[in-house]
Amino acid sequence: MTLPHFPILRWGEPYESLDVDTVVHFATGEELCQVSQANPGLISRDMRQAGRARQALRSIPCEHLCRILSKAADLFTTANLPMGSGTQSPDDFVRCQSATTGLPEHMCRFNMSKLHHVLTNLDAILNSLTRGLDRSIMTRGYGIEADVMRSLQANSPVLGMVLPSNSPGTHGLWLPVPALQIGLVLKPGPLEPWTPFRMAQAFFEAGLPRESIGLYPGGAEVGMAVVNHVQRTMIFGSKATVEQYRGNPAVQVHGPGFSKIIIGDDCVDQWEQYLDLMVDSILLNGGRGCINCSGIWVSRHSRDIAEALAQRLGPVTPLPPTDPNAPLAAFTIIAQAEGINAMIEQGLQESGVEDVTARHRGGDRLVREQRCAYLRPTIIHCDSPRRALANTEYMFPFASVVECPQSEMLAAIGDTLVGTVISEDENFRRAAVDATNIDRLNLGAVPTTRLNWLQPHEGNIISFLYRERALQVE
Amino acid sequence: MTVASGSAVQIAREALHAHLREIIKWHFSPETGTPIWLDWARRAGWNPVEKIQTVDDLVHFPNFADESLRNEPLERWVPAAYKGRPFTIFETGGTTGMPKQRIGWDDYKIDYEQFSATLSDADFPRNGYWLMMGPTGPRRLRLAIEHLANFRGCSCFFVDLDPRWVKKLIAGKQFDQAKAYMEHVVDQAVTILTHRRVDALFTTPKLLEALAEKVSIPDCGIKGVFCGGTTMEPQYTRFLIEEVLEGRTKFVPTYGNTLMGLACHKPLTPADCYSITYYAPQPRAMLRVVDPEQPERVVGYDQWGRVELTTLTREFFMPRFLERDEAIRRPPCEQFPWDGVGEVRPFGASKATIVEGVY
Repeated sequence: MTLPHFPILRWGEPYESLDVDTVVHFATGEELCQVSQANPGLISRDMRQAGRARQALRSIPCEHLCRILSKAADLFTTANLPMGSGTQSPDDFVRCQSATTGLPEHMCRFNMSKLHHVLTNLDAILNSLTRGLDRSIMTRGYGIEADVMRSLQANSPVLGMVLPSNSPGTHGLWLPVPALQIGLVLKPGPLEPWTPFRMAQAFFEAGLPRESIGLYPGGAEVGMAVVNHVQRTMIFGSKATVEQYRGNPAVQVHGPGFSKIIIGDDCVDQWEQYLDLMVDSILLNGGRGCINCSGIWVSRHSRDIAEALAQRLGPVTPLPPTDPNAPLAAFTIIAQAEGINAMIEQGLQESGVEDVTARHRGGDRLVREQRCAYLRPTIIHCDSPRRALANTEYMFPFASVVECPQSEMLAAIGDTLVGTVISEDENFRRAAVDATNIDRLNLGAVPTTRLNWLQPHEGNIISFLYRERALQVE
Repeated sequence: MTVASGSAVQIAREALHAHLREIIKWHFSPETGTPIWLDWARRAGWNPVEKIQTVDDLVHFPNFADESLRNEPLERWVPAAYKGRPFTIFETGGTTGMPKQRIGWDDYKIDYEQFSATLSDADFPRNGYWLMMGPTGPRRLRLAIEHLANFRGCSCFFVDLDPRWVKKLIAGKQFDQAKAYMEHVVDQAVTILTHRRVDALFTTPKLLEALAEKVSIPDCGIKGVFCGGTTMEPQYTRFLIEEVLEGRTKFVPTYGNTLMGLACHKPLTPADCYSITYYAPQPRAMLRVVDPEQPERVVGYDQWGRVELTTLTREFFMPRFLERDEAIRRPPCEQFPWDGVGEVRPFGASKATIVEGVY
């Protein structure tokens, strides 16, 4: 049987490379598709025409683009869409995405619905992110609003996206971009070509101009070419990657989240009320996301909390990805799971640190299968914020329960993508509001995984893609 | 692929055997021989002139130890017949530390005059200026390209690239500096192309790509590009031909180095799918694709193996040198009735990513 082939899309036009990668099922090794691999030079040459992508999108009013993308959302979730020489149903999509990323199928379906939600609510999302700006100002570049001349200039005609292989939920970040009349240059993760290709087909079928999208699968050097040749790029990477691009206005890096739940002294004695919230924040979506909780910070009861979490999470075991209750995602690269496991074991050598789940797991943390591996949920107790494992994040349900005086807490937590602060103490809440190391702040019992798409995520995409400037007309 | 006839292959093979015997006799005879090889034979305790009759007999020599090109006094490489005649010292490409050095007199001229015969006058016009943008300095390539231009009736402009500096920058993770240096090199070439008429270009693939970022190469008047230095996989070759050269400038890839001279490529046909095969300038040099674990054994056709070079000229004899490259063994073709090496890339590239820099 001929495998479906994903071509490169050069401003919407298919281009079959002579360099082809075969993507296989993580558990069986079955070949699932072939993906044309770009060479970096294709990107540098194509970026000469990047202006055409914005030109094509600018010829369509923003409101109409939102309607096109909303239609694309329905096509993405319900239609048979072109794939290679045939078509792909939504169920096929879910099976394939699960088969290469290791995510259980029900999580893939959940991510699909999340993307659908973003695309069908674009009007509201953009209204919120632009604070109700008349979007014709983006198209024209300037206009009068509330009797004041406002000008917005696009920082780049296209947004580059260097996408990960292991986290399909992140696609939500680029979906609003065409509605802002900015084109897309997508470099899919090697194991997750499915979403960018299917979404591009849905966009085209819904009426988005083909020339507004470039799609360039390939190796790390292709990702570098995107960063080097596109004036605004979003990338996903480790803490080191975040540091590498810190201060570079052209690159927005989405790294580890180190998201946390912080319970204030006034609420911590009622910690049992928040146990479900803690479990959900750690476990949802296989614990893979940057918004999953990796730290619970309290001034007392830390051992009791760790014990209760370990009782709930310790027995969680891997289930087949087709099982609707499968709680864990597979590591498609066994060495990666082994490496993480070794790092945790090393951290456990420190005094004051304990793997509380070990007593409740009834087996090893690391579960090796023939072609993949799993890491079972792990709750660590740290008696002090100074322990190495107190502020770490791994791509599975892993969290440290850290004992720390409230007065030191906000400084000690470090960079935190989502901080859920459970406290009625106005002083502590005010300090949390002022803490610049917390990006998304939840005041009250809100799971770290519950995103409100009407609010910015790691910076407002509007200010990344557009700059406000002065413009006077005589 | 147009295959070579059995008789053509046989004739070429016989010619190679005869040439081999002549070169062995030359380097291992006291009247004409080379000190380093005469001493080697004395220590080895066997007489190559008697024992080496065909190329299959070359396995009696161990793989050539290239350290001798760093350590031995240069005079020990001078054949008796060349004694007293000043020689040129050539150094190998991008290594740091003490470089490997090969001495020579006329080999580079002979090699490039022979190569010139493979170039078409339409793509590399007689009496047309050349530009070389790439490693000059102590490299054989610098004199060779100039000689090629002279031999074809004209002269050559030069823009230097120091690959040793690039390697240092990359090793030190000074990628911005490496990029800036590459731009500095390319800008100089653009200046020449803007102010002088140039018909033919020699450069490396990455510099060619970088040049095309700044100018349209065919619109600059360049009709032919002679290119070598780093890996050219099929997709990259297609990209260079279709997009960098816009399908309008002739592309002539080459595989070569200071120790061999240069291997010609078989002109690409649609059936090749842009997969390049090089053929050594036999009988002056011979390439084999050998099993890395058992380097005396040649791999089968269409199999990957390590590239082994034997150089057979009166100026320089070097048996069974294992190059730092791997390739697919390809069968003889009509133009070159001996084995070729396809899709050459750094040895071990299938197991790890190897940074080749701009060179």
